[in-house]
Amino acid sequence: MAKPNPSDVEVLSAPLTIEYPFRRSTGPVLGAFFTGLREGVVIGVKRQDGSVLVPPSEYDPESAEALDDLVEVGQAGVVTAWSWVVKPRDKHPLDRPFAWALIKLDGADTGMLHVVDAGERSRMKTGMRVALQWADERVGHINDIVCFLPEG
Amino acid sequence: MRDVAVVSFAQSKHERALPGINEVEMLMPVVGQVRDQIGLDKNRVGFTCSGSTDYLAGQAFSFVMTLDGIGAWPPISESHVEMDAAWALYEAWVKLQMGEIDIAMVYGYSKTSPGDLPDVLTRQLDPYVYAPLWPDSISLAALQAQAVLDEGGTSEREWAEIAARSRASAKNNPNAQLTGDFDPEAILAEEYLVAPLRKHDCPPITDGAAAIILAADDAAREFSKRPAWIRGLEHRIDPQSLGVRNLTRVVSLEQAGEAAGVSKDKIDFAELHAPFTYQEVLAKRALGLSDEVSINPSGGALAANPMMAAGLVRIGEAADRIIAGEGDRAVASATQGACMQQNLVCVLEGE
Amino acid sequence: MGKIKALEGVEPVTMIDTPARLDYTFTAGRATSRFLKGLEQKKLLGERSAATGKVYLPPRGADPVAGVPTEEQVEVADYGVVTSFCVVNVKFYGQAMECPYVCALVVLDGADIATFGLIQEIPYEEVRPGLRVEAVWVDDSELGTTLENIKYFRPTGEPDAPAESYKEHV
Repeated sequence: MAKPNPSDVEVLSAPLTIEYPFRRSTGPVLGAFFTGLREGVVIGVKRQDGSVLVPPSEYDPESAEALDDLVEVGQAGVVTAWSWVVKPRDKHPLDRPFAWALIKLDGADTGMLHVVDAGERSRMKTGMRVALQWADERVGHINDIVCFLPEG
Repeated sequence: MRDVAVVSFAQSKHERALPGINEVEMLMPVVGQVRDQIGLDKNRVGFTCSGSTDYLAGQAFSFVMTLDGIGAWPPISESHVEMDAAWALYEAWVKLQMGEIDIAMVYGYSKTSPGDLPDVLTRQLDPYVYAPLWPDSISLAALQAQAVLDEGGTSEREWAEIAARSRASAKNNPNAQLTGDFDPEAILAEEYLVAPLRKHDCPPITDGAAAIILAADDAAREFSKRPAWIRGLEHRIDPQSLGVRNLTRVVSLEQAGEAAGVSKDKIDFAELHAPFTYQEVLAKRALGLSDEVSINPSGGALAANPMMAAGLVRIGEAADRIIAGEGDRAVASATQGACMQQNLVCVLEGE
Repeated sequence: MGKIKALEGVEPVTMIDTPARLDYTFTAGRATSRFLKGLEQKKLLGERSAATGKVYLPPRGADPVAGVPTEEQVEVADYGVVTSFCVVNVKFYGQAMECPYVCALVVLDGADIATFGLIQEIPYEEVRPGLRVEAVWVDDSELGTTLENIKYFRPTGEPDAPAESYKEHV
């Protein structure tokens, strides 16, 4: 027996969580970067023109040639871009207002993305110097860097 | 090159959330309308291409279920991109250029409301050094916005005016979600969401769908008295790493616009896919558009931002106005990725 | 490779853990909600396409052949015929069932497409296309808005359905 679909229907909903463990192989270049983080140093890679990419990449973003000339860079540098998070989200690295920033470490020619725990938005300024804060226990992961702090 | 045109465009009434219906139920009327309004029998569609992303639904292969709403029997030639459907349109256009088919259907859709979009979009970032920090889409847009402010030539005030103008234009768009008269002064007085962006600088969260029919040569003339001919269609991509890019310029959009021939002739209006206000400034500069060009008469992505369809909607909105004779030459753009990493440009002309 | 003092003599990092979790609120939509509510009443409610007359179960609101909404509800039997099956011998991560076990496609009487289900109460080597089966439901007190209301299908004892009667499903 058939009848027309009822026009009113309680639409059901349920929580849906997708969760994946993801264990990724790093290869030699990113592997060196993460090994460096575990050992308390920051590593970049030199391009043909002598400029240094941090974080390092396996291939030059312009010429596509393979890169493997690893160099150590400084642990402080300059903020080249930033934004201020007024209300941190659950998954953010910090649980108090903070800045996202691209930080060009001394010796590097590109900014790496991380967070600046500046305390207040008024302390943030493009061009300011910030210094890297290491986690007490490091495993070889971007979170081995807890944050950057304003220098001086 | 074959002459390919947009001959039909349809979209849903975009809403903040459509919890009562699933993606199939949302898409089906739009696909039905895009064919029915020009009297196109589904069996004449030689190729179908869609744009959507599983991460919005939280289900692998979610786009396969929406094929239920297309009527894919007898079996059809079909493809899919995990991207805005503007790129699905590109794939369909290529297929038409190859001469294998004369008519193609393109659709894009998403229900963004079930998930947390700013977090979902972190999954498109470098998985080693960006994604584990969970830098949400608003935070990264704000970072680019600050760089653009630092460089000079624009202001938060200009962005507030873009927000207000967009939502005012959207009052004339029956499909838009966020419409009304907003006072730029009042906008500027609001708290930052992620500085320097305020809530009004950001796109709404939208559930919605859109579809377009492309046809070549005589098939286009069969279905439209004044087809919107695609005279240029190009896309380019910037490097993935934000640190490697100059964030104050969208080089890939400049290149796509140049290759598509935007500046070859006068542009009457532009539908620019700029989900964040400051991005309209960047897009306008990248395409070399003068102040005379009317931007986003539909309201743009600031008035409705159905993910994976908003870029296609720009092409459709521009095409509809060409078809209606409201202009003779228009440019539409679509953008994907953090900080406008990837861009597509479509130049449309009436006959 | 450049020489970096800090990297010399230490175990290199070769893998990183980057777990990802996203939370959603999934809504079933109208057709699926109707179907699930029916299951709570121990009813299997398919939907019929006005264009083709076919009955789809579970319904998704669309006739996948014509691409039009399904407008009519049709109650379908909880017994039918096995059209295809497989014997699962390999355990997968998170699996609750003991191997070997049988999964099958069952075309329930009144439906035009097959439903997926477990086959039990029969040695696995005797499962065959054409086998008539019926649903075994959970106790009434355990009924919910879920296909898990059906624990599995078991043979009815009827003679096998002739191949002609289900050949289009194979």
